[in-house]
Amino acid sequence: MKIIKTIKAVFRKAVFLFVPLLLLAAGPHYGDAIVVGSIGEPRSLVPILASDSASGAICGLVFNGLIKYDKDLNLVGDLAETWEVSEDGLEITFYLRKGVKWHDGKPFTSKDVEFTYKSLIDPNVRTAYAGDFQMVERLEIIDDYTLKVFYKEPFSPGLSSWGMNMMPKHLLEGEDLNTTGFNRSPIGTGPYKFEVWKTGEKVELLSNHDYFEGRPCIDRYIYRIIPDQATLFLELRAEGVDYISLTPLQFKRQTESRFFKDNFQKFNFPSFGYTYLGYNLKDPKFRDIKVRQAINYAVNKEEIIRGVLLGMGRVSTGPFIPESWAYNNEVRAAEYDPGKARLLLKEAGWSDTDGDGILEKTGVKFSFTIITNLGNNQRKLTAEILQKRLKEVGIDVKIKIIEWSTFVSEFIDKRRFDAVLLGWGLSLEPDMYDIWYSAKTKEGEFNFVGYSNQEVDKLLLEGRRTFAQEERAGIYRRIHEILYEEQPYLFLYVPDALPIIHGRFKGIEVGPGGIGHNFIKWHVPEGEQRYTR
Amino acid sequence: MIKYIIRRLIGLIPLLLGITVITFAVIHLAPGSPTDLEEQFNPKVSLEVRQRIAHLYGLDKPLHVQYTDWLGRLLRLDFGISFVDSRPVIEKIGERIPITLGINLASIILILLIGIPIGVSSAVKEGAFYDRFMTVFVFIGFAMPTFWLSLILMDLIGVRWGLLPISGIKSLEFDKFSFFEKIIDIARHLTLPIFVSAFGGLAGISRYMRSNMVHVLKQDYIRTARAKGLKEKDVIYKHALKNALLPVVTILGLSIPGLIGGSVIFESIFSIPGMGRLFYESVMARDYPVIMGGLVITAILTLLGNLLADVSYAAVDPRIKLE
Repeated sequence: MKIIKTIKAVFRKAVFLFVPLLLLAAGPHYGDAIVVGSIGEPRSLVPILASDSASGAICGLVFNGLIKYDKDLNLVGDLAETWEVSEDGLEITFYLRKGVKWHDGKPFTSKDVEFTYKSLIDPNVRTAYAGDFQMVERLEIIDDYTLKVFYKEPFSPGLSSWGMNMMPKHLLEGEDLNTTGFNRSPIGTGPYKFEVWKTGEKVELLSNHDYFEGRPCIDRYIYRIIPDQATLFLELRAEGVDYISLTPLQFKRQTESRFFKDNFQKFNFPSFGYTYLGYNLKDPKFRDIKVRQAINYAVNKEEIIRGVLLGMGRVSTGPFIPESWAYNNEVRAAEYDPGKARLLLKEAGWSDTDGDGILEKTGVKFSFTIITNLGNNQRKLTAEILQKRLKEVGIDVKIKIIEWSTFVSEFIDKRRFDAVLLGWGLSLEPDMYDIWYSAKTKEGEFNFVGYSNQEVDKLLLEGRRTFAQEERAGIYRRIHEILYEEQPYLFLYVPDALPIIHGRFKGIEVGPGGIGHNFIKWHVPEGEQRYTR
Repeated sequence: MIKYIIRRLIGLIPLLLGITVITFAVIHLAPGSPTDLEEQFNPKVSLEVRQRIAHLYGLDKPLHVQYTDWLGRLLRLDFGISFVDSRPVIEKIGERIPITLGINLASIILILLIGIPIGVSSAVKEGAFYDRFMTVFVFIGFAMPTFWLSLILMDLIGVRWGLLPISGIKSLEFDKFSFFEKIIDIARHLTLPIFVSAFGGLAGISRYMRSNMVHVLKQDYIRTARAKGLKEKDVIYKHALKNALLPVVTILGLSIPGLIGGSVIFESIFSIPGMGRLFYESVMARDYPVIMGGLVITAILTLLGNLLADVSYAAVDPRIKLE
């Protein structure tokens, strides 16, 4: 009897002890704040005007688009529950999620979508995103939660453009979007509500308890503006910020100490962008495909990644995000082979006749200038390595570094360059029409290298007309192959994104697209919360 | 005196106009445009879009039309709207002036409080070890790169010892503090920046002070004062110091424009949202309205500072009369 009693007592105690523990382990831990440190200040929080990364980061938490990319980089519904694309590709029907509310309590309906669309194509609004929406013929509201978008011709990149953050009609109608006070006190549908913006100091957001995917675990999101890299790192060291992006040097050398291992977690995954050397294809030297291929063999990309990124990156062979379905994994990067480079250059008619180590052809020396923009040390170092490697095969390279705005308007737009070292930031939509289509070479357009290939032109147009992902994959993989064969760019590397986050944040999941996809599930166990006041 | 001031003020108008014409021309002739956006191309931002934005900013009009438009607005005290975030220029400048002004004032006061005694005592002990030591000390401050000193102090005092916050001007929890805590918080944040900027500025004032004092101490009336048996303390602080301070008044007048002009490096390192950073970022983004607004305000303050220096000099030095 006594034994049974004891067992009962123990059991009761155990229940007392265990149940709360279980609840703690199973249930989400709300509370705490995450302090994100960044060197940039947002420009405008009107989502269609937000073209910089800082504004984008904040708008991404305050607003939602109709659709979004999930962890595995597939398009899924966001404010739209589902969508349908008509057989001929001319109509997209969106079925909106019901019961979604703006942060001020008003319901989100198809009228808000229509309003956002109309603002995007309004010629008086200074939005940078009008392009994709100008392909829309009209938008028709079926009811509060259904709408149809009609295109003039099938336009598959249009689908992902509906990931554009939606704006509330009831607050913005009749306002001048360029100057509205909304740009500093936005109201959206997203997981976080805007709280305060202190210029040059911070932007603060509070969690939206009524968010349609559930209340985010972290109560406050504080975006701190610290314009100096060194200070940012010191703040991290003093735990004044929880989350920053590291440079490769900081990642490999400065955060390996016990302190960082105990208190922080580091991640690395390919970033959405690549660095390349673009040739001016009007230049007779570079018009010869053999010369471009020779340079590809003469440059050791692994060496650049080791030297410039300390290994935190990967060789790029084409213009797509390595993790995306458009990327052609069968394209193999050319081996570093200076012998082959010399051979190709010889076949192209370049030889060192006067013995000074620099190649000549019909009396002209093979000498050109690489230009790149000021303030990007990685590009500067890359240019120096290129210079050294090309010297070895008899090509003389000069480097010129120019302040960004001047660089764009005087050199890129006017095509006054031999070769340009730059990077493209990419989205998951693989349409590259503006960069590679042969007619996109006017001043200020993006095919500034002057690339022209009939097959690529055809494929680009086809890719825009096709919706089925498998079919599109075939098209873009073929483009990838042709571009690597023809080398209008010397594709160099895809740098890694290198975020570091304080160790108290749990639940961070790395997906092919990075770590941001499940942000609302990140949490801090109760005992470790720091900002509780 | 009043007549003189009015005459000078009227004289400032053509000068100001000239300054605005030249700066407007220089800024617009510099290559680049506000539509170049960020330091990364975005393939989604097409040429048509960039042209449309340029049109909305009025950048497709001829330069002289842009200038007269701008001047017309300025006369109505409208500084325009920033290209970067569409806020009124006056608001952007207005929220930063108090911060920069506050820090600079505190640092100037600190410089005066330390620099003048250093200068005076060095002059009194001219040539002695103390004098030479102080010379070296203030020049170390003058020569030391601000960014280096700042980072070292931040690492030492902020990170290793954890005594003071590293950057910013307020804590993240500032709004929840009591009034008293708020004052302490701001003081803690500003200690390092003010110390760093004052350390760099000591050399100027203390050297001026020293050379003035050395000069004054050799004057006949000082010898007279000593000869009639005054205490050395009275000689130095009553007779000599007053006269030696006169040129410092001029220097103070001339430093008025400097009070609202911040330093980019200093403000970036301590992440202080001041004028220097605003101005630098605006130039980089080709944010013409903010650049012009900032320049006009600085130009006016410089010219007024000069005037004030002249007037106050006449006020404190009876030998000078303004005509």
